[in-house]
Amino acid sequence: MTMLSRVAENIYWMSRYIERAENLARMINVNAFLLLDLPRGFRPGWKPLVEITGSLEVYESRFKNYDERAVVKYLLADAENPGSIYSSLIFARENSRTVRDVLPRWVWEQLTELYLFAQENLNSGVTKKGRHAFLKRIIESSHLLAGTCSSTMSRDEAYQFLRIGRNLERADMTTRILDVRSSNLLPEEQTELRPFESIQWMSILKTLSAYHMYRKSMNTHVRRSDVLRFLLQNEYFPRSFKHNLLAIEESLNQLPNNEAPLQVLGRLMKKANSSHIPGLKQQQLHAFIDELQLGLSKLHDSLRATYFPTLASQQQQQSAAG
Amino acid sequence: MTIDLTQYDTQHFFDEMLVRPNRARSHTKKLVALLRKMGAEELAQRQAAAELAIKQMGITFTVYTQEEGTIDRNWPFDIIPRIIPKSEWDGVAEGLKQRVQALNLFIDDLYHDQKIIKDGVFPAEVLAKSKNFRTQCVGINPPGGIWAHICGSDLVRDGDGSLYVLEDNLRVPSGVSYMLENREVTKQVFPELFEEYSPLMVDEYPAQLFDTLAELSPRKEAHPEVVVLTPGIYNSAYFEHSYLAQQMGCELVEGRDLFVDKDNCVYMSTISGPQRVDVIYRRIDDEFLDPEAFNPDSMLGVSGLMRAWKAGNVALANAPGAGVADDKVVYAFVPEIIKYYLDQDPVIHNVKTYRCMYKDEMEYVLANLNKLVVKPANESGGYGMLMGAMSTRDEREKFAKLIKRNPRNYIAQPTLNISTVPTVVGKTIEPRHVDLRPFILSGKKTLVTNGGLTRVALRKGSLVVNSSQGGGSKDTWIVEV
Repeated sequence: MTMLSRVAENIYWMSRYIERAENLARMINVNAFLLLDLPRGFRPGWKPLVEITGSLEVYESRFKNYDERAVVKYLLADAENPGSIYSSLIFARENSRTVRDVLPRWVWEQLTELYLFAQENLNSGVTKKGRHAFLKRIIESSHLLAGTCSSTMSRDEAYQFLRIGRNLERADMTTRILDVRSSNLLPEEQTELRPFESIQWMSILKTLSAYHMYRKSMNTHVRRSDVLRFLLQNEYFPRSFKHNLLAIEESLNQLPNNEAPLQVLGRLMKKANSSHIPGLKQQQLHAFIDELQLGLSKLHDSLRATYFPTLASQQQQQSAAG
Repeated sequence: MTIDLTQYDTQHFFDEMLVRPNRARSHTKKLVALLRKMGAEELAQRQAAAELAIKQMGITFTVYTQEEGTIDRNWPFDIIPRIIPKSEWDGVAEGLKQRVQALNLFIDDLYHDQKIIKDGVFPAEVLAKSKNFRTQCVGINPPGGIWAHICGSDLVRDGDGSLYVLEDNLRVPSGVSYMLENREVTKQVFPELFEEYSPLMVDEYPAQLFDTLAELSPRKEAHPEVVVLTPGIYNSAYFEHSYLAQQMGCELVEGRDLFVDKDNCVYMSTISGPQRVDVIYRRIDDEFLDPEAFNPDSMLGVSGLMRAWKAGNVALANAPGAGVADDKVVYAFVPEIIKYYLDQDPVIHNVKTYRCMYKDEMEYVLANLNKLVVKPANESGGYGMLMGAMSTRDEREKFAKLIKRNPRNYIAQPTLNISTVPTVVGKTIEPRHVDLRPFILSGKKTLVTNGGLTRVALRKGSLVVNSSQGGGSKDTWIVEV
């Protein structure tokens, strides 16, 4: 038994989109609380969230300012923003529809339920009052889906693509959040703001549900160098960059023709293990994260070329093989 | 509250449960007794349980609208099974086999020597103006000479109590998944009735379908790679495509998953690279099958598929061109077709049909438009029809003109008194009109489903059984009495 490339691709993307919706939900939630903790003059507002999703230009072509209501609506409920929670759920569901025959029925039904919930509650989800409950439901449903997959799916190829999609999306989001949140929150030199620096790094940890595990694992208060080490190099925390790469590696080992993607992954892993990370200054960190992001995008390209080729390229491949 | 069958109004129709109000037929006595014992409240609860089961099992059909996009609707279902005595069904099944056998010989003849035309039995002009005759298929020899491997024929019971064939679907007949799921739901909600009757089982179908398809494989040595080809999630029958693929353990593929290589073989793209495909159960119409041979704009098909099929490297079920026999004028000739190829009289009859291409028959039709149903040759789903009894003078005049302009394109039939069966309506039961679509598999063996899909017009007095227009369905039981 083998697996259609299209089916593998749809499962991979379904998984990425569910994970993306969850990450966005967590990000919005944490930002709201962070703003309440920072001194008035230094509240970075809501712009960084748009920046994390990589859509500043699109946003500015449509909206005049970055007020809370506009940004939250854009990130949560806007069907025209392909990076919104709602769009992610639409894409996840569309991908799931074409692989209905491969997924356990519960997974399919839960995703449909989640999508319908989001669709029916968009209006209350963008209000200050309804927002928290809405986002909580998105996060919980994503966990429920992951749990259902984990406890009902055989560890076959479908499961490996699901896992690769989830971990690649997590690695991507961890680096995006680190990049944006570390650079534009507070000016580096202003010593009178030092006390707030830990609040900033704490919010990064909370966005990634990492605060508790950080305390347990690093056994220290929140400090830039340790947070970087934890989020990029910890082997055991499920949202650290390194852990995500290891999970992808495990899954790739279960798949056929894995040489090329494993090679790309190996190079990226080496980079992530670099001993300089904890000491990187702002500009250097930014450049380094750029490299990690580029590595992830190369990994995606390699997966696509190996497992989800276009018909034209596969035809070529076949003719070459004789 | 008890169910009052004295109020069950059969009007002038043939009802399949009651001979007249409060009087069961011999094969429905046990059903009627159970319904009486159960009472109205309980019946309504069972109906609700069935609807919940359908929702939970995800049995849906897809409707696509401009405003709302794609919607999966729950399959409308009525819990009271339709009961047909086996003694009657055996004859029907024989008749269906005979019919499909003759139609396959007819299609094969049309794409080869056309003996039936040369012998003056079938008019050349009907073929000349056939919409579904594919010149691309002339001279091709599909395995075993069979073109329509899967056929769904629609039967109706008229006022005299006998079943007639209303039309044959030889292109891509759908509905069989609902036949199978209806039985599953009925087992959940009506188990005690199974103890009273022992209906013949229906669930061998996916295995039989797989065997019929697998024996078409051009590679005899290898385990055949059979796939189901779907137009995709927007197709109204996508649930069925996905269901059958799952039940047969086959891949569900779309056109973009397949390609034809220089060796004229078909491959599917898998994560381990291209993999050869032997048999395609295609649920896409001819015109969209291969942009190279048919509609060049088709996004659903596979370029070069006809080349691979002609070279004998892949089997297609049903074969392209099989739809030539879906023509309603061809339907009118089926009795002659059976006689010509098998030298037998038809076991199941056609509905009396007037062919406007013949002058005397056209004159009769034009003089009796207010009593007849006029149908164009190649429309399905009830489009372009005239229901004479309900028509206005303007409509009849319009049709008279259409018929005179293109007599070959029209047939007419008397208005039928289609039978009724008991159906749950709120907390009581009322008669509703039904048809029946059995499925016939043709391969080394010819197999007929035990019963088929009963479709029921849920609206009072309505004859429209389509699920998109207020139709539902029922489990169909073939029982020894």
